[in-house]
Amino acid sequence: MAGALNAALRDSMRDDDTVVVYGEDVGRLGGVFRITDGLQAEMGADRCFDTPVAEAGIAGTAIGMALYGLRPVVEMQFDGFSYPALNQVISHVAKYRNRTRGRVGLPMVIRIPYGGGIGAVEHHSESPEAYYAHTAGLTVVSPGTPADAYALLRASIAFDDPVIFLEPKRRYWLKEDLELPVTAPPIGEAIVRREGTTATVIAYGPMVTTALEAATRAVGESGWDLEVVDVRTLSPVDMDTLVASASKTGRALVVHEAVRFVGYGAEIAAELSERAFGYLAAPVLRVTGFDVPYPSAKIERHFLPDADRILDAVARLLEY
Amino acid sequence: MNVSVEVSSAASGPSSFPGLSKAAWQDVAAEGALGTANPHAVDLSADQLRSLYRLMALSRRVDRQAINLTRQGALGVFASSHGQEAAQVGSVFALEADDWLFPTYRETVGTFARGVDVVELLALFSGSWHCGFDPYKYRVAPLTTPLATQALHAVGLAMAAKIKHDPIVALTFFGDGAASEGDAHEALNMAGVYGAPVVFVVQNNGYAISVPYRLQTRASSIALRAAGVGIPGIRVDGNDVISVYGAVRTAVDRARRGDGPTLVEAVTYRLEAHTTADDTSRYRSDDEASEWRARDPVERFLGVLREGGVVDDAFLAEVEAEGEATAARMRDFLFDAPAGDPREMFDHVYAARTPQLEIERALLDQELRAADER
Repeated sequence: MAGALNAALRDSMRDDDTVVVYGEDVGRLGGVFRITDGLQAEMGADRCFDTPVAEAGIAGTAIGMALYGLRPVVEMQFDGFSYPALNQVISHVAKYRNRTRGRVGLPMVIRIPYGGGIGAVEHHSESPEAYYAHTAGLTVVSPGTPADAYALLRASIAFDDPVIFLEPKRRYWLKEDLELPVTAPPIGEAIVRREGTTATVIAYGPMVTTALEAATRAVGESGWDLEVVDVRTLSPVDMDTLVASASKTGRALVVHEAVRFVGYGAEIAAELSERAFGYLAAPVLRVTGFDVPYPSAKIERHFLPDADRILDAVARLLEY
Repeated sequence: MNVSVEVSSAASGPSSFPGLSKAAWQDVAAEGALGTANPHAVDLSADQLRSLYRLMALSRRVDRQAINLTRQGALGVFASSHGQEAAQVGSVFALEADDWLFPTYRETVGTFARGVDVVELLALFSGSWHCGFDPYKYRVAPLTTPLATQALHAVGLAMAAKIKHDPIVALTFFGDGAASEGDAHEALNMAGVYGAPVVFVVQNNGYAISVPYRLQTRASSIALRAAGVGIPGIRVDGNDVISVYGAVRTAVDRARRGDGPTLVEAVTYRLEAHTTADDTSRYRSDDEASEWRARDPVERFLGVLREGGVVDDAFLAEVEAEGEATAARMRDFLFDAPAGDPREMFDHVYAARTPQLEIERALLDQELRAADER
């Protein structure tokens, strides 16, 4: 997936000379996860450059750049380091188009490696998607596969509104043979990754792999035929696809790493119960991280949802 | 290096005159000390001096009308620039047509002087829309409320202009209170690192709402911060329009030449309250305000222009008539300004309305229709 993201940045920069990439350590080093590897050497230091350690500065200057006709793609080094930029993101990035009555859109992408599972410290393992999805005016995207990482990042860079691009960092090492350029459904469309009949598992980002693993195991272990839906665009969400799947199977659960309380899954569960109530045989369940600050590396596996926890929840859906 | 805001400003007060072509300001040395106030030549023709005065006089009239409209309920709130006309108008007067301005809610008169239509400009305060003008038409960003955040936008725009090799300059204002925000530091520092063609004008008006300068910082000057990020800083009497213009012009020229950013601190005073919702008697004395009224920037400038024979009664009458016409226009368009169609709130969230916004718009539409029928 890291390679797919790198290729997406490179191809976008080659195709459009208004695309500039910057952030902490993204230049000579190529980023702490090497997502920007080689870009400065190929595109020059005007188009890919390092910044001072100043996240509000990174996001705030991107606004000015977008205002002047560039398409900045900036990196927050880690999920837990993205919070100093929240004021810029919530107060300006999300609101500029509305504030100016549609006159000024901000085509910009803020890339954030997010989520746990890599044995890191707490500030390198968090899932802040709900903060962004809760903010009107932001488009929040998170790929679950290398192919989607490429296609969605390219689409995000070409998008006319600001995109919060959440990269599932534990899946950076996920392998997939790709022939570039990859095409995929646009931003705003969810994908049914695996068709099934027993129940719907709704996932995004790092949990797409986990959900598919659960579906594969379910076939052999229980004979369940799980449908897996990859949300892809968290906001604005493609609710029609989610409702259609839940209505078809009659049972649904949402899975994410982030904490449960007022989490992304709560919104999906509420919408499904409003719009698919007559089709549901059981309440929509949430399979999530616990309502605690991110735990330390040696115990994080007990926090993170895994295939077992998903399958336990499917069992509860079926017992209803 | 123990110069208080008041002392310094008084010291460099009317002494900047009588020479119309000379202005005084302090340069901040790299090591952080305030330099001596050296006269710097300012080259303005009589026509330009009259233009400058006209903008200041009109600004004052606009400000007064806006306060009155607020008292009459036509504006929800207004942040007055009364007493800060020299700092604002003198600054924007140094810009060229293609340059960009990043104002805050305090800079209505500077933004007016930059050419933004006054009715469009006051939309923020009348409540008809958050920004009533087209930023691209005027090359002026929306009046920004979250403090110092717009300084970073100015830096970003200046960085983009530099990348595109466009010889333009971005000027941003912020206040002594906002200077305490982290974004102000990040903006100054990043501008320095990239040599961005940006000019920071801090209007040090002595107060952040009620909190005085001495509780914002222990430093004797905000301009000293320039030294900390390796850029030039200038401290200037913000009630002396020639000095402000000269300092900002120097900074603008430097930026346009490719020599990077400058921080200009204009020491001034907010003669009115923070906003029309504020009560100054709770935190400052009338005596203090009276001292500053004696340094009224518009009156001071007028005195010098009269003395130099630059303006005559006919010109002043013309300016006054223009001010009255502008005020009348404000009254005409801001009193009972229509609220607009509330359904528009769904139209600019994204480039296109999302399915969820369509659902919500339909709901509001139903509510509005039901209300119409009642």
